[in-house]
Amino acid sequence: MSAIYQRELRSYFHGMTGYVFIAFLPLFAGIYTMFYNLSSGYPNFEYVLQAMTIIFLIAIPILTMRVIAEERRQKTDQLLYALPVGMTGVVLGKYLAMVTVVAIPCGVMAFYPLLLSTFGTVSFPTAYGALAGFFLLSAALAAIGLLISSLTENQAVAAGLCFVVMLLLFFMSDLSSFVPSSAGASLGALLLTVLVLAVLVRVFTKSTPAAVLTGLVGEAVLLVTYLTAGDAFSGLFGRIVDGLSVFARFNTFVDGLFDWTAILYYLSLIAVALFLAVQSMEKRRWS
Amino acid sequence: MIEIDHLTKRYGSHTAVSDLCLTVEPGQIYGFLGPNGAGKSTTMNIMTGCLAATEGTVRIGGHDIFEEPAQAKALIGYLPEQPPLYLDMTPLEYLCFVAQAKGVRREERQRQLERAMEVTQIGSVQHRLMKNLSKGYKQRVGIAQALLGDPRVVILDEPTVGLDPIQIIEIRDLIRELGKEHTVILSSHILSEVRAVCQQIMILSKGRLVASDTPDNLEKLFAGTATLELTVKGDEARARTVLGVLPGVTALTCRPGEEAGRTAVSLETDPPADLSEAAFRACAAADLPILRMDMRRASLEEVFLELTADDQPQAPEAPAEEEVEEP
Repeated sequence: MSAIYQRELRSYFHGMTGYVFIAFLPLFAGIYTMFYNLSSGYPNFEYVLQAMTIIFLIAIPILTMRVIAEERRQKTDQLLYALPVGMTGVVLGKYLAMVTVVAIPCGVMAFYPLLLSTFGTVSFPTAYGALAGFFLLSAALAAIGLLISSLTENQAVAAGLCFVVMLLLFFMSDLSSFVPSSAGASLGALLLTVLVLAVLVRVFTKSTPAAVLTGLVGEAVLLVTYLTAGDAFSGLFGRIVDGLSVFARFNTFVDGLFDWTAILYYLSLIAVALFLAVQSMEKRRWS
Repeated sequence: MIEIDHLTKRYGSHTAVSDLCLTVEPGQIYGFLGPNGAGKSTTMNIMTGCLAATEGTVRIGGHDIFEEPAQAKALIGYLPEQPPLYLDMTPLEYLCFVAQAKGVRREERQRQLERAMEVTQIGSVQHRLMKNLSKGYKQRVGIAQALLGDPRVVILDEPTVGLDPIQIIEIRDLIRELGKEHTVILSSHILSEVRAVCQQIMILSKGRLVASDTPDNLEKLFAGTATLELTVKGDEARARTVLGVLPGVTALTCRPGEEAGRTAVSLETDPPADLSEAAFRACAAADLPILRMDMRRASLEEVFLELTADDQPQAPEAPAEEEVEEP
């Protein structure tokens, strides 16, 4: 695993990707810091971080697009399959390299609150709490990007798909607010979600029975719950989406709360995405 | 060293490898021979753990590749059809990475790197980016990669494809060199190549093993008839009376030679036997000068065509019973 990690980390710096990523994040942080803290005079560094999250829409696809897709295209994945290293080790090595590249700009940005403190009072706990949340957010998004890269062998497709997913995640909680909070509307939205899920199962497993089963069981459970405890459904969809929104969970950090459930959520999201990426790699052995 | 047992691989409805059984003994150079799509690469991919089998088992040095992949893979060095090179690295960096990933211990690493680079002669390009290397050098780096970790078996998938004639000769020499210390398995659809390098040939056709023997034995076994071609100084009638009585002759055809007064004769024998000496003595006794004599036997090429022909439902698989006597 350490060999994979070292090679991967080095490969970020063979091209531009690593340098661009490490240069641009602190640069944008600097611009926002100037705007929020220096010009407007807010003492809160966490606002800078919140404003910066939109950069991930571009930064994460750039960081993650080639990680597995390019191996497939160059056929170097054959080497990975033939090495006496498990697929989990390979994916973990690649992911840790990615997280390292993300951690470097976060490390640079850790100096900003210190600099700001020379001009006035900065709340260090909230600033660094938010920075930790910011790092976890980017790590979670990177895991999602890695998963997407493992699904295709064309890095442009991976980048495009990743961008769309980031966009959806970014606007997820805003979009969900358009669903009326009545119990019926929630039910409808959830039924639709289950349907989409069933279609996704069909696309990825190519097994119609599994997809039909997922759809039917999901819809049945929803309908039965609705009939027995209908009141619980009012506003449920919005709550679920907010709870699952990768970006929305970060806002609690910005509000000055160090939210352990959010941390747990990010870590489980990373674990699930990496697990699926390993499965996606393993699946190629069987195709 | 390698035991493949009832191996089957299906892609949807297409069967790439069907019920393949073979054993590879240590210390020899094996050649997988077969036309395109015969299942050579698929078999190699399964042997190296890159691909899962639909049915059957592969054991490397007693370790099942699916059950104990780490132990089994440690015994194998594999060069896939397209060398798996990271083009933005130098050969040295790349080989360091592979050695590390194969778990070669740090103090061992330097020695193994040096040996792999020496055997494949890539020392002179070790600091150049691989994207700037020629196809031949890329192939060598691919082979060097396979040698790291001191594998007992080196598996090379079409190692000479896309190389120029000089590079092909160099790679063949390299493979012979490797055969001294490792068991080597290579695949090819080029007969002369397998003939030149391998001590054992396994002919695959449509995912099945249709023959497995040494090149010489294969030629011998599948020579259904042997033909002795002669040109004698004399007319057809004399040639027939002298040569037609030789023992074992099943067919004799005569035609006028290129020059007047000469006759070209073809003698077919079944089972194949070498009649050259008998023909000489008979002609000498009859005062019939032999101007040219040539023994023609089924070449490996013909064996190959015969075995892999589409209308060949079941080619002989256990040729031991059909063993013919050495002439």
